[in-house]
Amino acid sequence: MTAGADVLAATDPRPPIDLSSGKYLKLWQGPQHPGITGNMSIELTVCGDEVVEGKTHVGYLHRGFEKLMERRTFIQVFPIVCRVCVPEPDFNEYCYAAAIEELAGIEVPERARWIRTLILEMGRINSYLMYLGGQAGAFGLGVIGQWTTHVRDLMLDRFEEMTGARIYHMFILPGGVRDGLPDGFDRRMAETLREIERTMADVENVMFHNAVFKKRTRGVGVIPVDLVDTYGITGPNARAAGLPNDVRKDHPYLVYPELRFEPVIGHESDMYARADVRRRDLLVSIDLIRQILARMPRSGPTMSRLPNVLHWKIPRGETYVRGECSRGEYGYYVVTDGSGYPRRINVRGPSYTHAMALLEHLIPGTNISDVAALMVSLHTYPPEIER
Amino acid sequence: MRDEDMNERRIGVRDELRKRIVKGPDGIEFEVDPISDYYCDARPEVRPGAYAGIVESLFNWARSESLWILGFGTGCGAIEMRPLMTPRFDAYRYGIQWRPTPRQANLFVVSGYLSVKTLKRVIRSYEQMQNPKYVVGLGSCTINGGMYWDSYNTIKKLDQYLPVDVYIAGCMPRPEALLAGFEELKRIIRAGKAEGANLYAENFDWYKANQKRVIHDWDMPDYNW
Amino acid sequence: MRTLLARLKERFALGPITEQRPDLAFVTVERETLRPLLRHLRDAEGFTHLVLLTAVDWIEEGLFQLTWLVHDRRRARDIGLRVMVARDAPVMDAVHDLWPTAATYQRELKEMFGIDFPGSPRIDEEFILEGWVDIPPYRRDFDTLKFSEETFEHRAGRGTTDPATHMREHLGIQGGSK
Repeated sequence: MTAGADVLAATDPRPPIDLSSGKYLKLWQGPQHPGITGNMSIELTVCGDEVVEGKTHVGYLHRGFEKLMERRTFIQVFPIVCRVCVPEPDFNEYCYAAAIEELAGIEVPERARWIRTLILEMGRINSYLMYLGGQAGAFGLGVIGQWTTHVRDLMLDRFEEMTGARIYHMFILPGGVRDGLPDGFDRRMAETLREIERTMADVENVMFHNAVFKKRTRGVGVIPVDLVDTYGITGPNARAAGLPNDVRKDHPYLVYPELRFEPVIGHESDMYARADVRRRDLLVSIDLIRQILARMPRSGPTMSRLPNVLHWKIPRGETYVRGECSRGEYGYYVVTDGSGYPRRINVRGPSYTHAMALLEHLIPGTNISDVAALMVSLHTYPPEIER
Repeated sequence: MRDEDMNERRIGVRDELRKRIVKGPDGIEFEVDPISDYYCDARPEVRPGAYAGIVESLFNWARSESLWILGFGTGCGAIEMRPLMTPRFDAYRYGIQWRPTPRQANLFVVSGYLSVKTLKRVIRSYEQMQNPKYVVGLGSCTINGGMYWDSYNTIKKLDQYLPVDVYIAGCMPRPEALLAGFEELKRIIRAGKAEGANLYAENFDWYKANQKRVIHDWDMPDYNW
Repeated sequence: MRTLLARLKERFALGPITEQRPDLAFVTVERETLRPLLRHLRDAEGFTHLVLLTAVDWIEEGLFQLTWLVHDRRRARDIGLRVMVARDAPVMDAVHDLWPTAATYQRELKEMFGIDFPGSPRIDEEFILEGWVDIPPYRRDFDTLKFSEETFEHRAGRGTTDPATHMREHLGIQGGSK
C-alpha cells in the first residue's frame, strides 16, 4: 500500500539531465501563459516534444493570509478567509466557522446547517463548471467554456440574491449564516438547475463523446492507485482511481448524513476518468441541492448568540476541521491561545499536494502539449497553495 | 535568521543568468552573458503623436475601439474577466478581446493584488507590450492595498510602479463595473490623454527606483524590450 | 481512538494527549520518537496519508510546535503529533521518505519559519517568497504592518477599520478589546 514512497526515494530511473549537451531545452510555462491554471508557473525541461522534467514554482499569489489572520480578531478574520481561494470561497468560510465553533463551543442552529450545506453544494457546482470549461479549453473546445461560464453565471445570480455578492459571499460566519433564503428562491433555483442539466447533457455529447477529446485524454496522466495515499491525493483525483474517498461520507459533517448520495467513482484514473468523475459529481450536487430544498426547515433562527465580538476570547486549544470541496479535502488547522486573536491558522488546500508533488511526479514523460491539460485535469487552484 | 545565508541569496544571481561557456551544435565554444546578450537594454523613448490634430484623433479613435487585453490573471480579479468573454456580458462587441502574448496586446489589466514576485513578471510583461499601451488597475487592492493593507508581500499603490490610466474599485468589481471602466478608458484614449507609455519613458528612472525598492533580487535588465 | 492511544502508549513514550473529538487526538512526543511513531502508524496501524505538517510559534516559551497530522481513511480518524523544538536552533528530522508530500511542507516551513529539515529535497530553494531579506515572516516577532509601512508606499486617506475605535468615536460606545 505505502511501498510507493520508499521505492520512489530509492531509485530514480531517469538519467541525469545535462543542459549544456544541446539536447535539452528549458521552457517556462507561466505565469503569463494562457495554458496555466491561475498565476503559477512550471519550469519544463524538454527533449524534442517530450518533457523530461517539470518543476512547479508558486508564490505569485502569496498574500500572507496566515500572518494577517494572527493580527485580526476572530470576527475580523471572517471577511478575509474567503479570499484564500477565489473560485470556491465558501469552503474557507465553512471550515473557519466550524473550527471556531468547535473551539468556542458554539452550537449552530438547525436551519443554518441546511443553508450552509446548500451554499457549499452551489459552490461545488460553480467550481466544477469552471473546471469543465478549462479542461475543454485546453484541447481547443472553446465552446464548452462558453456554455459552462454561462450557466455558472446563472448560479452566481442565485448566490447574489441569497448573499448579495457574486464571488465572495461572506455569508457563513461563526455561529450560523447571515440570513435565510429570499422569497421565490426555490423556484428560480429549480430553473437554474434544469438549465445546468440541459447544458450538461450538451457537454456530455460534445465533450465526452468527442473523438479528439477521448484520444487526447484516455491513458494520459494516469495516477497509479498505490500513489493515492503516498501523495495524499483526495477528492475526485482519488475517486477517479477507484477509491471511494469522500469526506462527505467518511467524516459526515453538516447535514450530509441525512442526504442520500453515493460517492462517484471512476476506474481508469486518467484525464478522461477524472473529467467524467467531476461531471457525474456535478449531477450528484444538483440532486443534493434538490434534496436540501425539499427538506430544509423554513423557519427558525439562522444565527446563534455570539459573545460580544469585541471581547470575544477563545480558550487555548487546537483543532482540525475538514470538508470535501470540489478538489478534495479542504481543512483548517486552528490554534488558539486564550486571547482575542487566533494563534495560528493553517489552511490545508488540496491543491497543495496535487499541484506540487503530484504534478512534478506526473509531468516527466508527457508530451509538451499535454502539460496544460494535465495541470487542469488535477483541478488545482494556485491561491490555496500559497495563500 | 538575518544572516549571511540570506544576504548571499539577495546578491546571488540565478544559475541560468550567470556567465558561462556554451558549446554550440557545430562544436565551437563561446561565452554567454545572459543579462547583456539575451536582452536589448535600450531605454524607452518618448514618442509624441506623429501627426497633428485630426489625424491623431482618428488614430486615437481607432485605438480606443480595439483594446486587446493581455491574458495574465495576476490576482483574484481574473475570475470576473471570464464572464466578459461570454454572450451575457460580451466585451467583444466593444472591440475588447484577450491575447495570449504581450506582443499582441495593448491593454494590461492588473487584476487584483500584486505580490512582489508577480510585480516583477508584470513589469516584464508590460515592458514587452507595444506602444501605445494602457494599464487598468482592477480592485481595491491595486488602489490602496484593500484587504491586504498590512500584508508584507503585496504592493499597495500600483501607480508607483506602472503608469495607470483607470482604476476600477471594488472587491471584487462586477463585470458591469469592468465594462464601465473600459468605457472610461476609451473616453480617455479618445481625448488623447492616455499617455501611459510616454509617461513611463519620461519618468523611467523614478519608476525603476520604486520598482527596485521592493524587488530585492533584481536580476533582469532595466528595460525588457 | 482510546484503544489506539493505549496501544501506542505501550510501545512509545508519549507526552500529554488531547482528545479533541472522538476521531481526532493530538499527542506530544519527543523528537526521537517521531519518526518511529510515524512509521508505525503508517505501516502497522493503517494511517494512510499525511494531511498537513505545520508549525506554531510559541514565542513566550521559546518553542516552535510542529504538528504532523496523519489520517486513517478506513477508520475515519486522525492523529496529530506535536513536537516542540527550540526556537533559537530550530532543526527537525525530515519525513519525506515516508510521505513524499512532506517535502513541500518542509520547504514552506524552512522559508516561513526558518525551521531546517536536513536532507529534504530542494529545501534551500525559494518556495513562495522571492528575494526575501527579513526574518522568516510567519515568526511571531516579525511585524507585518511595520514591514509593509516601511517597504511599500501607502496611499494617504485610509481610515481605520478597527471596530472598537469606530464604535467609540461614531456610536459613543465605550469599551473594546484595545
